[in-house]
Amino acid sequence: MSRTRGRLVVLQVLVVSMLALLSVRLWQVQVVRGAEFVTAATETRTRDVVVPAVRGQILDSAGRPLVRNRTRLVVSVDRTRLNRMEGNGQAVLQRLATVLNRRPADLRERIRACGPGVARPCWPGSPYQPIPIDDHVTTREALQILERQEEFPGVTAEVQAVREYPGSSAAAQALGYLQPITQEELEKREGLRAVTSGVDLMGRDGLESVYDGPLRGVPGMRRVQVDRLGKVIGVERQVAPRSGDTLITSIDSKVQAITEKALAEAMKSAPRADGAAAVVLDVRSGRVIALASAPTYDPKIWTGGISEREYQRLLSDKSGKPLVSRAIKGQFAPGSTFKVSSVSAMLNDGYPLNGKYDCPGSYMVGSRPFNNFRGIGLGTLDLHTALVKSCDTIFYKAAYEQWLRDGGLNPKGKTKEPMANMARAFGFGRPTGIDLPGESAGRIPDRAWKKELWSETKDNNCRRSKSGYPEVAKTDPARAAFLKQLAYENCLEGFQLRPGDAANFSIGQGDVLVTPLQLAAAYAALTGDGKLRSPRVGWALVRPDGTKVKEIKVPVVGKLPLSPKERAYIKGALSEVASDGTAAGAFAGFPMDRVKVGGKTGTAEVYGKADTSWFASFAPTDKPRFVVVAMVSQGGMGGETAAPAVRKIYEGIYGFAPAGKSISAALPGGRPATELPVIKRDGTVSR
Amino acid sequence: MAGFSAVGRMDGVLLVAVAALAVIGTMLVWSSTRTWAPGATGLVKKHILNLVIGAVLAGATTMVNYRALRSYAPLVYVVSLVGLFLVITPLGSTVNGAHSWIMLGGGFAFQPSEFAKFGLVMMLAMLLAKPAADTDRPRGMDVWIALVIAAFTMGLVMFQPDFGTTMVLGVITAGAIVIAGIRKRWIGGLTLSVLGAAAAVWFLNVLEPYQIARFTAFLNPASDPRGVGYNSTQSLIAIGSGELFGKGLFHGGQTTGRFVPEQHTDFIFTVAGEEFGFLGSVTVVALLGVILMRGVRIAQGCDDRFGTLVAGGIVCWLAFQSFINIGMTVGIMPITGLPLPFVSYGGTATFANMIAVGLLQAIHIRQHQF
Repeated sequence: MSRTRGRLVVLQVLVVSMLALLSVRLWQVQVVRGAEFVTAATETRTRDVVVPAVRGQILDSAGRPLVRNRTRLVVSVDRTRLNRMEGNGQAVLQRLATVLNRRPADLRERIRACGPGVARPCWPGSPYQPIPIDDHVTTREALQILERQEEFPGVTAEVQAVREYPGSSAAAQALGYLQPITQEELEKREGLRAVTSGVDLMGRDGLESVYDGPLRGVPGMRRVQVDRLGKVIGVERQVAPRSGDTLITSIDSKVQAITEKALAEAMKSAPRADGAAAVVLDVRSGRVIALASAPTYDPKIWTGGISEREYQRLLSDKSGKPLVSRAIKGQFAPGSTFKVSSVSAMLNDGYPLNGKYDCPGSYMVGSRPFNNFRGIGLGTLDLHTALVKSCDTIFYKAAYEQWLRDGGLNPKGKTKEPMANMARAFGFGRPTGIDLPGESAGRIPDRAWKKELWSETKDNNCRRSKSGYPEVAKTDPARAAFLKQLAYENCLEGFQLRPGDAANFSIGQGDVLVTPLQLAAAYAALTGDGKLRSPRVGWALVRPDGTKVKEIKVPVVGKLPLSPKERAYIKGALSEVASDGTAAGAFAGFPMDRVKVGGKTGTAEVYGKADTSWFASFAPTDKPRFVVVAMVSQGGMGGETAAPAVRKIYEGIYGFAPAGKSISAALPGGRPATELPVIKRDGTVSR
Repeated sequence: MAGFSAVGRMDGVLLVAVAALAVIGTMLVWSSTRTWAPGATGLVKKHILNLVIGAVLAGATTMVNYRALRSYAPLVYVVSLVGLFLVITPLGSTVNGAHSWIMLGGGFAFQPSEFAKFGLVMMLAMLLAKPAADTDRPRGMDVWIALVIAAFTMGLVMFQPDFGTTMVLGVITAGAIVIAGIRKRWIGGLTLSVLGAAAAVWFLNVLEPYQIARFTAFLNPASDPRGVGYNSTQSLIAIGSGELFGKGLFHGGQTTGRFVPEQHTDFIFTVAGEEFGFLGSVTVVALLGVILMRGVRIAQGCDDRFGTLVAGGIVCWLAFQSFINIGMTVGIMPITGLPLPFVSYGGTATFANMIAVGLLQAIHIRQHQF
């Protein structure tokens, strides 16, 4: 038996070493590497669900909502989960389509990822987010989905806040819109990468985009425990979301509505009009009271996913590109409204304020005659009358003289360019800095700009000066010859500021471009305290319970290089335009004895198109409170299209009704809000 | 039949260790199955019933004079073979890829391969118990017969296919003939042939692809964490996250979330690891160690070769099965469908293990020849 005993000892040793091996391994796994597996366990066992914060409202200056939230039952589909199922979850979509009474193809289209070659509807957001497919779900439909989760894996129905626009299209471009966050944006936002729920929306334009951070608030987080099948079996940790701030704007929704109506009517009255914009500024504060662009649209179409047809319509020329805010992005030649800058440049350059100036019907700029409007001479005028009657030749002459003093075609050393520099002092040629995205800079065509343009285009021009324009020659040989000659001239001497360029610039024609907002800011500086301000739409950010977070200040960005006397003189001249000048027709019957409106019309020629109609105004003339600028692209004469629109805006603000009617004033006594609306603890507004 | 005085001579340490593992196992089965449905206690009740039946069987076995069993060993073996044959017939059913079950109806099932272990232990002990004249070695002829019988049994089980049980049977066979005292050169030769057979199995593609996948997955679970590596990965995560003290009974998140497949049977040790921590899982290992060491002691203490060989075979069986089972949960052994003795949920396995313990007790009680 000793041999067997010995073998049993070997067995004993084997068993002991086996036990020892297991124990060592357990020590290694559970104690040495324990923490590592705890992390791994947390990752497999929990899902971080982002609880979106309720987005802040956007209010007008009286506390009336421009954008508010409404809760809706939204059905969302988790595409990653569908894709893991057999047949990519087509059966689930089929059942869902039946419950929601939709076509299955509809749902499939909505959840596919947007990309090249994929027409809308498609999902532009992160593929790891549940995709909302219907936000008009009834409670009954939601319950059908929630109660039969085994039939609808990956489908959720939850209450979500969606944006609502009480004023429908009011200030649509200024407010902007929301779109789902894209995967790239999500990845940039460290810490929120692992979101698996909650439709995260980003402000894509307008105030929604500029104030996106404060409006969005801080999303909460719920760490839920899930089982192997992803079913939630408990909540481990919860951080409540912090709802977004309410943005109070200086927009007055009544004035905004009046302004949009006036623009729509102006567009109707001018048969060729293809776009219009208007700005109402508070002269004293520099805040925006109304900012309108026509044509416009109702931003509610963004809510719950936009269809391909709607999206293409928004972008199309035929619909007039309603997404574009012409008030801040539209660049147009300002026409005579620009003369306030030119006359200031003359004064600054030593032309006497009280001098007499000859206003012939035509003035020879170099070898080319430049004519007054309709070629009519107005005799000898002071600058006051020159502005009121909108004489052009006085400005041609001054511009030509200044151009000659700068050295003409071949300037030496530093040039003065008084008109271009004054335009810049008025804020033209650069964005005003308003709290809206995508603002245009406009253009000051000075000598430097000419050189830059020439260096960019000379290759093409020089080629064209040889090859000509055969494609144009087929239909219009005369124009082709003209273009060839032009290309030849530009190739040779395009860097030169020609006398004609200087003359055109002085009356807001030629290459000069401004935005309606720039013009409004310039007029506010001129008729107010002489300081140029960067207008603001946002006024204050407050917590939903009314606590003020931050008041948005209006920064002063410049000072007009004019003495108070000079400003008063120009203002005085403009004060007669509406009563005795180029806008007198439009303001016939307006109660000037109660509120006197001043301003300047502009009729800017655009090659191949109808004139751009402008009216830049202010009121009351003695102590200006409002600046109202209206622009109608292809609207014709300033006094005929833009000025009547401006008149309607003033009538609405002050409550001046046409004879026999009475309307209530949008801003009684012509006083815009100067105090923030008080939001009470419960979120209601006391007026 | 021995008198009731024999009960007093039972190995108390062995009894306590088995009882302790059964209690721990019951808690673990409860923990891993309670989330199947609200208030799901059906399976744990069934497990307790299995344990009770097993205890009765163990008790009955203890009462039997094991020496009397020697002559019945061929019968026991043949009965177990019949079971293995029945599985092949249409009576057999497939569970988890192995065609190794006979459904009895009413939710009860029988797994003949569990009894095949027991039958083989008995049969080999009987064959090898008689030494060659004037030696303490088995007769060469008997060794050959033993090898043929073992190969036949293993072949039947392999046919199911149940790779894990086949390996257990192989280890039982190796253990029995080594303990029986064959020459060292025999051992060497057999080892070489086993290695050769293993090589042949590998190169002749006898194994199912999933079995090969399990092998490679254990070597590198990260290679396919969602597929075959899933079990390995989830099992390690569950055990590792228990750390030193565990998360407490019913508080293991991985267990509650049912991330480890087959957790109440083959992967029951992961529940111990997660909820009882290192201390708890080492306790389980230690209790198994106590049982095995008592088994070795019983084998050593027995006066007759048959008893020694039966006890030694049982030790080899339980030791190897425990090592493979725990080893696979901690990632040092390939994944094979073997339950953890005395702990895993299971009917036939529990009965077989309990009868084995009963045999150890029977041998202990009667270790000295009258």
